[in-house]
Amino acid sequence: MAKVEIRSESCKSCGYCVKFCPKGVLAVGDKVNSKGYEYVVPVNMEACIACCMCARMCPDAAIEVYK
Amino acid sequence: MEKVYARTKTIQDDKVSGFCPGCMHSTVIKLIGEVLEEMNLVEKAACVLGIGCCGLHMDYIAYDNITAPHGRACAVATGMKRSNPDSLVFTYQGDGDFASIGLAESISAANRGENITVIFINNGIYGMTGGQMAPTTLIGMKASTAPKGRIAEEHGYPMHMCEILNQLTAPAYLERTSCNTPQNVMKTKKAIQKAFQNQLDGKGFSMVEIVTSCPTNWGLEPLDALTYIEEKMLPEFPLGVVRDR
Repeated sequence: MAKVEIRSESCKSCGYCVKFCPKGVLAVGDKVNSKGYEYVVPVNMEACIACCMCARMCPDAAIEVYK
Repeated sequence: MEKVYARTKTIQDDKVSGFCPGCMHSTVIKLIGEVLEEMNLVEKAACVLGIGCCGLHMDYIAYDNITAPHGRACAVATGMKRSNPDSLVFTYQGDGDFASIGLAESISAANRGENITVIFINNGIYGMTGGQMAPTTLIGMKASTAPKGRIAEEHGYPMHMCEILNQLTAPAYLERTSCNTPQNVMKTKKAIQKAFQNQLDGKGFSMVEIVTSCPTNWGLEPLDALTYIEEKMLPEFPLGVVRDR
């Protein structure tokens, strides 16, 4: 069982994490943060394998990964 | 549950960077921070910032930094390192700063083999000042000062800084990396690690050139900018170690 934690206030919705997640765990959500970005949310957390691709690509250090 | 990827403590906990969405400046700053933490060098770190977008993180990081006059980061770093050899002195410069305005200082520092590390961000354009043409702008690439795209007869050709510095005798380590894929992000981190280790070992001038995107001034969505890096930037700026002594 693995999981990702996303700091919604740091997310700028660039979509790198969504593109590089091999398991389709993440998606751009429909809520916006205080800067007006539609932040990324986990939509399929059960599939997470803690490979950290999302966290490595995230420019804004918004993602932390647990295993 | 065990945390397998943690946010680096070298980025202040309550801060959000001032960079645009998809800008890889923040990716590189994150990597520098991770390397400093892993090598236990945060207290010894002294970062010399160039002018431009590369200076946008000065109040976002949690280690010492100073901003040099435009282009003069390598000269400032030289003074800092010579007067305080125990510090880990590195410059963080964009292409306009390192390869255009500061070309004399950059090449001179490399030629002297100063024991400093240069992190050079190559995104082919001036970011903060408004998308003007940089020395690294590709042929045909549009910029606000080249609205029809860069024309070789008028503007010359893109400059390859790793290869230019490779003509000198003194530099110890020159590598070009990118941040367009997770694999390349990991390679960039390794390169930064090696460049810092070279300085600790007293080997002399090390530079990591990192090919990144500027989605805002390229006029592309962040994900399209990744494709642009792959298809246009990397054929012009091939990745790899240019020198390792």
